[in-house]
Amino acid sequence: MIRVVLPAHLRTLAQVRGEVELEVPGPVTQRSILNALEARYPMLQGTIRDHVTQQRRPFVRFFACEQDFSLESPDAPLPEAVAKGTEPFLVVGAIAGGL
Amino acid sequence: MSKVRVLVGTRKGAFVMEADGKRQKWDISGPHFPGWEMYHVKGSPADPNRLYASQSSGWFGQLVQRSDDGGKTWEPVDNKFTYDGTPGTHKWYDGTPHPWEFKRVWHFEPSLNDPDTVYAGVEDAALFKTSDGGKSWQELPGMRGHGTGSGWQPGAGGLGLHTIILDPSNPKRMYIAISAAGAFRSDDGGDTWKAINRGLRSEYIPDPDAEVGHCVHHMAIHRSRPDVLFMQKHWDVMRSDNAGDLWNNVNGNLPEDAGKRGFGFVIDVHAHEPETIFVVPIKSDSQHFPHHGKLRVYRSKSGGNDWEPLAKGLPQKDCYVNVLRDAMAVDSLESCGVYFGTTGGQVYASADAGNTWAAIAEHLPAVLSVEVQTLP
Repeated sequence: MIRVVLPAHLRTLAQVRGEVELEVPGPVTQRSILNALEARYPMLQGTIRDHVTQQRRPFVRFFACEQDFSLESPDAPLPEAVAKGTEPFLVVGAIAGGL
Repeated sequence: MSKVRVLVGTRKGAFVMEADGKRQKWDISGPHFPGWEMYHVKGSPADPNRLYASQSSGWFGQLVQRSDDGGKTWEPVDNKFTYDGTPGTHKWYDGTPHPWEFKRVWHFEPSLNDPDTVYAGVEDAALFKTSDGGKSWQELPGMRGHGTGSGWQPGAGGLGLHTIILDPSNPKRMYIAISAAGAFRSDDGGDTWKAINRGLRSEYIPDPDAEVGHCVHHMAIHRSRPDVLFMQKHWDVMRSDNAGDLWNNVNGNLPEDAGKRGFGFVIDVHAHEPETIFVVPIKSDSQHFPHHGKLRVYRSKSGGNDWEPLAKGLPQKDCYVNVLRDAMAVDSLESCGVYFGTTGGQVYASADAGNTWAAIAEHLPAVLSVEVQTLP
């Protein structure tokens, strides 16, 4: 199981508490996690990445294992600890986004 | 006894305020969607319990919320606003071409007779429509494709399509306004559009007869006379008696401001008196606060030119708030109620057409929009 931590606003929107656990088929990447997340919670579509371009929204960051993966390719494999579920994949609102 | 429901959008959430016909005691619920910018909340005239709300944030973009029980509960509906075809460019602030980019929904205008049909005015300026209660949105491309779009330039708040007026006597006719492109009219249900800006004068446009480029802040009609339009422009309060084909200045005796008059954002029309209109004069195009620190609504009972200040119950010293373009509304009770919200977080109500005012709420986040529903 992949563990995903959403920011508070998106937890409210998706009506979840705490971490989200997802089955992610195939290689565990940003794209495969977000595909699984949006399939489970369609209301999150467009809030983390653009509907059409699928690019990360500018004020959203992706962290895992105390590293920032935001600028990595969405198809790059994430650390094994994320794939094994020992570490969560964090979707974070950038510090500048709360105006 | 009839009731009223006031729908308030703020920088940090939405509020629903209800009162009986006396409009003295208010029940306030909210904030709904705390922390989110709520640009606009509006109810369906065909089903008052059907509400649509524009929810957005810098982090997570645009959401659309729908309520089927008058704002007690909400569900997110489709938030995908994709421009039709290749969007092209409009003018950026510096005059250079800039790609069309969806940013947010400024205004929802539900159909007069179908709760599932809603028009959405968005930034960058375009008109969208849903016919399935918000499950999907499609652009009406004739608006943005009017032919002048590449020359549209944003106002200070962005290139927003902020005003949508549906003609109650003619389902094919609608009006929209864009900052800073101007006013447009469709006579075929939104397929094609005509710029209706003749008579407007704007000192920041070199051509005094320019077809587009005018910073229209808001427009309003009375449902009994849909060919008579009232406009609050960047500077100037204007009136058209022929569906926008020609505009006339009705600033009259509005407060003088460095040799000019008539700056403001809101304008609305009395529910039962089509010649009675309300504006809130704001000082200059940079200061954006009331003249002399005194918050006053100005009322004309003659469709403009002759104006009277209405101040009873409003702060008359040290008041430096603004009243934004979608933040005034009227109810349709026998004694017409008038409502407006400020960037200082106050919502004021008058149950006597502006003669006296009282605050419904005083410490909300900055108010972006105010709508009113008159309920049985």
